[in-house]
Amino acid sequence: MIEAVGLTKRYGAKTAVYNLSFQVRPGTVTGFLGPNGSGKSTTMRMILGLDRPTSGHVTIGGHPYRQLPNAPRQVGALLDAKAVHGGRSARSHLLSLAQLAGIPARRVDEVLGVVGLQDVARKRSSGFSLGMGQRLGIAAALLGDPQVLLFDEPVNGLDPEGILWVRNLMKALAAEGRTVFVSSHLMSEMALTAEHLIVIGRGQLMADMSVKDFISANSADFARVRTPQTEPAQREKLMGVLAEAGGQVMSEPDGALRVAGLPLPRISDLAHDADVRLWELSPHQASLEEAYMRLTQGAVDYRSTTDQRAGLMQQPDPMGYAPAQQVVVPEVPQQGWYAPPPPGQNPYAGAPQPGAQPQPPQQQQRPYQAPPAAAPPAPAAPPAPAAAPADLSKSEDAR
Amino acid sequence: MTTAPYPQQYTSPIPVRRAHLGDALASEWTKIRSVRSTMWTLGVMILLMVGVGLLSIVAINATDSDLGPESVLSLGFNGVLLGSICVVTLGVLTISSEYGTGMIRTTLTACPSRGRVLAAKAIVFFLLTLVVTAVTAAVVAGMQTAMIDSGSAASAEEWVRATIGAGLFTAVLGLVALAMGALVRHSAGAITIMIGVMLLPLVAGMFMSSLPKVQEFVFQYSIPSLLIAFYSDTGLIEGGPHGWTPLWILSGVAAVALAGAFLATEKRDV
Repeated sequence: MIEAVGLTKRYGAKTAVYNLSFQVRPGTVTGFLGPNGSGKSTTMRMILGLDRPTSGHVTIGGHPYRQLPNAPRQVGALLDAKAVHGGRSARSHLLSLAQLAGIPARRVDEVLGVVGLQDVARKRSSGFSLGMGQRLGIAAALLGDPQVLLFDEPVNGLDPEGILWVRNLMKALAAEGRTVFVSSHLMSEMALTAEHLIVIGRGQLMADMSVKDFISANSADFARVRTPQTEPAQREKLMGVLAEAGGQVMSEPDGALRVAGLPLPRISDLAHDADVRLWELSPHQASLEEAYMRLTQGAVDYRSTTDQRAGLMQQPDPMGYAPAQQVVVPEVPQQGWYAPPPPGQNPYAGAPQPGAQPQPPQQQQRPYQAPPAAAPPAPAAPPAPAAAPADLSKSEDAR
Repeated sequence: MTTAPYPQQYTSPIPVRRAHLGDALASEWTKIRSVRSTMWTLGVMILLMVGVGLLSIVAINATDSDLGPESVLSLGFNGVLLGSICVVTLGVLTISSEYGTGMIRTTLTACPSRGRVLAAKAIVFFLLTLVVTAVTAAVVAGMQTAMIDSGSAASAEEWVRATIGAGLFTAVLGLVALAMGALVRHSAGAITIMIGVMLLPLVAGMFMSSLPKVQEFVFQYSIPSLLIAFYSDTGLIEGGPHGWTPLWILSGVAAVALAGAFLATEKRDV
């Protein structure tokens, strides 16, 4: 049982973690999710007493980590797979940790077997791949056979077999009644491993709920509609009808339509009335990944932008473009994909109609400034992230 | 766990016992002998001490120099001074390599008592360097005594000072370096600082003829001057600390440095 109350950590002017309160219960795998730099590792370090919180406190089984009797027998942690002295063999590394914690030396060979590193136990760990390093880190965490386990990004660098192994290991550890707290920025991985989720963004709690609740609270249902590919006119017609009826229609790259806000029978009726044949009408639920990205989209510290090569490209011939006709949904769902703003306003929607008014590329509506948020009318409103204080960000190297 | 509100909580079948300083000592011993830097620094130190010792034998015998009232043991100084640079390097690396690699976070997770970790490191490092330095110094002194006829016979006390005394002095100097490593947390930085502290004052002192008081103080109390007192009654110049006083002075410095290191380690984020 891990309990954090009002946990806050500032590094100078930067706030890495702000007023974080949560509980991690035994018997389940709890996923700890957040974008890069959202304060996951800082929180983990505070749980382990390595960093001192600026305010608030965090306890394990009722004690702060550094006051815990027999801490290494109660808590095991993988913080960073590279946090080993590369010149030391895997076995010497684990042996020194076992001796430090008063754990019998034969346990070292046991955990080496558990993580499958027996054959390289006498090799220096600097030669290990990232995956082998992760296994060594997991071995160190398991050394004390503890009841509380913390893993920071355990599947980084593992091959598919290793990922499956970690996933099953986490579940098995939790099934034995242990508290398992796993951080990740991969929602898809957590969907398969965790039962409970704690999501943070910019150091603040955004969600603390079961995976099931998380999906239903954050996902948006939509229908995928496909008209005969040979008749683009029918497609245009249907789009108009659906939009008129109050649906939000977006085009998928392969020509299908994504319709939100209208139940499936209604779409079918509208198509029938408009005399449009349908090749596909299927219900879809947004994946956990999409739900997660929607939740954290306002809290991403490091957002990539399109490489515009401004000023390097030849001025495009405005006549060479066909006027953009509709919004195209990007492969990866981004800013409010289910509620498309009018064409030309959505900075992520591509083609800003160069045919209409030829402009030099650097003056087009591609944002260097913050994107105009495409205010999504979420069907089931997620716990809206509180407006983050202005100083709420963290540099990658802040520790 | 006694406070467990959850009956299904996991309990390990491995017997639980409280870890203590002895466990930390065993752990640090495993650490210090399982990295190459220990073998390299101590190996180079032994080579330097033996090499310089042999060179001095050759030089003395070839030139038929007369050591006069000094004993043969006084020749050991040069080797120990060079060797102490290796000891300082190892002292810094013992702790700073943990910070450099991130190992310190793993260590302090396995043992949240930071003072215990630092104490164990200091004890293991101190004993290791003391033994290696004293034994090597004794071997070199033995060779020199056997192969050089010049000079006066060394007394038992001179033997103790040239072996155990020099070993203690070097090991305590290493403790200062270890404390510096814990404070600076950066290998190259801490090693540079330590070598500067050891050698710069004496070099600077040579160019201080306009400040005779400062020059005299530097010549009396710089680290090489303190070390040479173990080999000669007069030291580098007259009036400096002699007998076992240099060891006590350096021990005081080491105590202050270690206290600072303990405080900093306890307070700082890792």
